[in-house]
Amino acid sequence: MKYSLSSLVAQTLNGHKHWKRVLADAKPREKYDAIIVGGGGHGLATAYYLARKFGMANVAVLEKGAVGLGNVGRNTTIVRSNYLLAENVAFYDHALRMWETLERDLNYNVMVSQRGVVNLYHTDPQRDAFARRGNTMRICGADAELLGLERVRKLLPFLDFDNARFPILGGLVQKRGGTVRHDAVAWGYARAASDLGVDVVQNCEVTGFEISGGTATGVLTTRGTIRAPRIGLCVAGSSSILAQMAGFRLPVESHVLQAFVTEAVKPLIPNVITFGAGHFYVSQSDKGGLVFGGDLEGYNSYAQRGGLNGLADVVESGMAIMPMIGRLRLLRSWGGTVDMSMDGSPIMDRAPVAGIYVNAGWCYGGFKATPAAGLSFAHLVARDMPHEIAAPFSLDRFATGHVLDEKGQGAQPNLH
Amino acid sequence: MRLKCPYCGDRNVGEFTSFGEQPALRPDGANGDDQSRFVDYVYMRDNRAGPNRELWYHGQGCRQWLRVLRDTKTHEFLTIELARRGDQNDR
Repeated sequence: MKYSLSSLVAQTLNGHKHWKRVLADAKPREKYDAIIVGGGGHGLATAYYLARKFGMANVAVLEKGAVGLGNVGRNTTIVRSNYLLAENVAFYDHALRMWETLERDLNYNVMVSQRGVVNLYHTDPQRDAFARRGNTMRICGADAELLGLERVRKLLPFLDFDNARFPILGGLVQKRGGTVRHDAVAWGYARAASDLGVDVVQNCEVTGFEISGGTATGVLTTRGTIRAPRIGLCVAGSSSILAQMAGFRLPVESHVLQAFVTEAVKPLIPNVITFGAGHFYVSQSDKGGLVFGGDLEGYNSYAQRGGLNGLADVVESGMAIMPMIGRLRLLRSWGGTVDMSMDGSPIMDRAPVAGIYVNAGWCYGGFKATPAAGLSFAHLVARDMPHEIAAPFSLDRFATGHVLDEKGQGAQPNLH
Repeated sequence: MRLKCPYCGDRNVGEFTSFGEQPALRPDGANGDDQSRFVDYVYMRDNRAGPNRELWYHGQGCRQWLRVLRDTKTHEFLTIELARRGDQNDR
């Protein structure tokens, strides 16, 4: 069913009784041309682009739970391309351009809101670093503008500009950045892929691989063995578990990242604001709640929940830039298991076992990458060669020294 | 979350820094170890779901390195002891 103004009017006149089920409840068949493990944003997008752009519709997406319950529904919904390294800016800006037309492409309202992302700076050296970052972004084709103190004051008058420890001196703004309704991205891709003939199989957990002669030929699941010559892994925090089942290791650690939402208030924050002296990012959802997050907890975790230390750290950062946030009550907090790579940049490549392709190591930047990650991973799975925008994200870059260490932290994933 | 330091006693986990999983013994280039072993040592991780052998540092306490077994699915500390030279051998 195509969504449009006329379909809305027709359904309204019929009392909304005839909307069709959005996602077919697919049962797994024994054989496919390709299997995508993981029904999150990346997996569903990959399946959609395989069917849409590469003519491969005989594809199954295997999800151990229900689509949209993993990291795609656990992030702070921010999209942006304000990176420093040229390879990362190019990739994430490709994603940003795809976000701009995604709703027309999917015929689904994912609430793309290019409200702008403002990175605050608090010291003179940080202004210089942000100016450099802005210049890199503009050279690579993204948009960036350095705002002085007066313009930030006018844009965000409620910030604590004269904070004794972290005075706000200005900000770097990316106006094309913003937020996207994350659940809708999963549902939109699932619906569009399903419409093109992809089997989106829920409640089907992969428990092992069928490997013969060093080549993977299928997966063992809780719903039987399913075979395909190409198997793509889009399982984020569980990447190492799947890799271990197939007999290889990844340069990835799983960590927990928390996010928070407050009670709803009237429109307050016009865009996405990030704190430059700690790690804190906040935006306001259309429902009115302030959605924010911060740093990793710092220890390896598969628990999908964080602790009070992480919460306190995030809230302290929030209080440092907008003290009025202290008058709001927190409604919910939740944690996601993020796949932190050794240089803070993603991995998209052929696995050491033939027939398996890996899409992992997105750290906490996976959501904003979704359309471009889906497109380039579909290219890799369909053509057995990397898409040009994702070629720098090779698995062997750690051995060859071509690491993409955005923050210069080295192989210490809890610091990226 | 609390961590019971063998030297300082029961403390808030915020006093500690997690190094991550306990690495294997460092390869020795002078001994002819292949470069691929260094790549493994620096970059590759087991990243276990479940009991995980880790190193933690009590930076805001006794400044001792701790060798712990911790469940990454529940965050429960199973065993905690002071790290000592030679521990890597019985990983």
